[in-house]
Amino acid sequence: MSGGTRLENANPLIFQRTGERLQTANDEDENVADPIDDREIFDLIRSINDPEHPLSLEELNVVEQVRVRVDDQENTVGVEFTPTIPHCSMATLIGLSIKVKLLRSLPERFKWVMYRLCLISLQIDVHITPGTHASEDAVNKQLADKERVAAALENSQLLEVVNQCLISNARTG
Amino acid sequence: MIFALSSWRYGFVGIIHSYDQFCGCTLCLSVASSCKIASLLAMKDTLALLQKFNAHPDSRCWYVAWNPKGTLLASCGGDRAIRIWGREGDSWECKTVLQDGHQRAVRKVAWSPCGNYLASASFDATTCIWKKKNDDFECLTVLEGHENEVKCVAWAPSGNLLATCSRDKSVWIWEVDEEDEYECVSVVNSHTQDVKHVVWHPTQELLASCSYDNNVCVYKEEDDDWECRATLEGHTSTVWGLTFDPSGQRLASCSDDRTVKIWKECQPGDTAWKCVCTLSGFHGRTVYDIAWCPLTGALATACGDDGVRVFKEDETADPDQPVFSLSAHVPKAHSQDVNCIAWHPKEAGLLVSCSDNGEIAVWNYQSEV
Repeated sequence: MSGGTRLENANPLIFQRTGERLQTANDEDENVADPIDDREIFDLIRSINDPEHPLSLEELNVVEQVRVRVDDQENTVGVEFTPTIPHCSMATLIGLSIKVKLLRSLPERFKWVMYRLCLISLQIDVHITPGTHASEDAVNKQLADKERVAAALENSQLLEVVNQCLISNARTG
Repeated sequence: MIFALSSWRYGFVGIIHSYDQFCGCTLCLSVASSCKIASLLAMKDTLALLQKFNAHPDSRCWYVAWNPKGTLLASCGGDRAIRIWGREGDSWECKTVLQDGHQRAVRKVAWSPCGNYLASASFDATTCIWKKKNDDFECLTVLEGHENEVKCVAWAPSGNLLATCSRDKSVWIWEVDEEDEYECVSVVNSHTQDVKHVVWHPTQELLASCSYDNNVCVYKEEDDDWECRATLEGHTSTVWGLTFDPSGQRLASCSDDRTVKIWKECQPGDTAWKCVCTLSGFHGRTVYDIAWCPLTGALATACGDDGVRVFKEDETADPDQPVFSLSAHVPKAHSQDVNCIAWHPKEAGLLVSCSDNGEIAVWNYQSEV
């Protein structure tokens, strides 16, 4: 990715993955209202691949369930992610991957919610965890600019890199 | 929805009269901006939905523009297409689709003052000029030169000049001759970031632009070259939209910082502009577009919180300290971000908005005087 074999963060700390979500009796019941929760969003993004290492964002502690905020009523999703090092040049790419993953997954997932609650609008905010990146304001501003995100996603090379990050990781499912 | 809004409105009429202290002084305005109830009290006007139609299916509708006569509406979007709409009785019909001009999303469109030409700015780094021939349009020329995405295009009131701006941080001024030839006469690099919008003064050859660098720049021609004569600083994030008031003495800007600012030329002809009013506390998210009605002076905004709002100026206030109040608000005007708002050039109160969900909505704004 960046300058051949030289890795920006050669020896990242590796964290343990969380277990699978526990199934409850209500999960199979079509009549029970089931709002989207933090864990569901976390499950969507935790297996995204790091652009640099053959590890998931969860294993690098870039994403954590406690940094996901869902408001099903307001249809808002907020995700804070923590780059592994404060000068990580991949921060924008990682944020973009998270955003694309949610943009692709959520409308489908929200379809039945739309019928039930007449909620259609969806806001997705992806931010860097405060204090964890040298240029977090610049990265956050870029990720929040939907015009630039739209233009970036029309770039086939960049889209290819994002798609690589989103290829589902066999080990995390 | 409209009915609910009306009954709500009438429910408050008694209160408005009994509290007729709501005079629009600075104190009232700050109350209005910080307190929802007060904002509701100030809302005496209505914004009624006339029509909603899907203009760019499965895509974003980025922008809409009326032709000068108001007989046609052009829309553009993420599907790379430009559509021309006309009113047929009570409905809106697509007259033409301009499809082969651009390789990527069409971000904005602009009609020439004569109404015979349409310019389209695209993420493919080009601007196309279309000439209207009866009911059809043909691509006359493609303006190239910007390094990457062209974000906006605008015609000067004379129709002899065209401005484009881009993510490459520059603003280009193009001159048009009688043979329909376009020549770039100036490249101005006053912004340090992505330039989002350009707008010309309604009567003079004065250009304004706004940018991701949080600033607004005002340009004038000086010895055959265009230069930035004023930099308007004050917004704390990206400035997305600009509009001149009908007289051209004031400029309104809207921003990612969720505020609208009104700027006034200190002295006519002078190049210093100062912020005379900031509307804060009204918008829930980024304000993507703003339009000052040339006929009524009402100010409309398009917001990322899906709302459409109209602000009215208190005419009794000091012109150097203008006061605007929220006079109408449709909270979920669209199901997604509202990207653009445009007043009809001839029919007072007719307003059009478009959204990320590809829809266009037509509204009727009625003001109780």
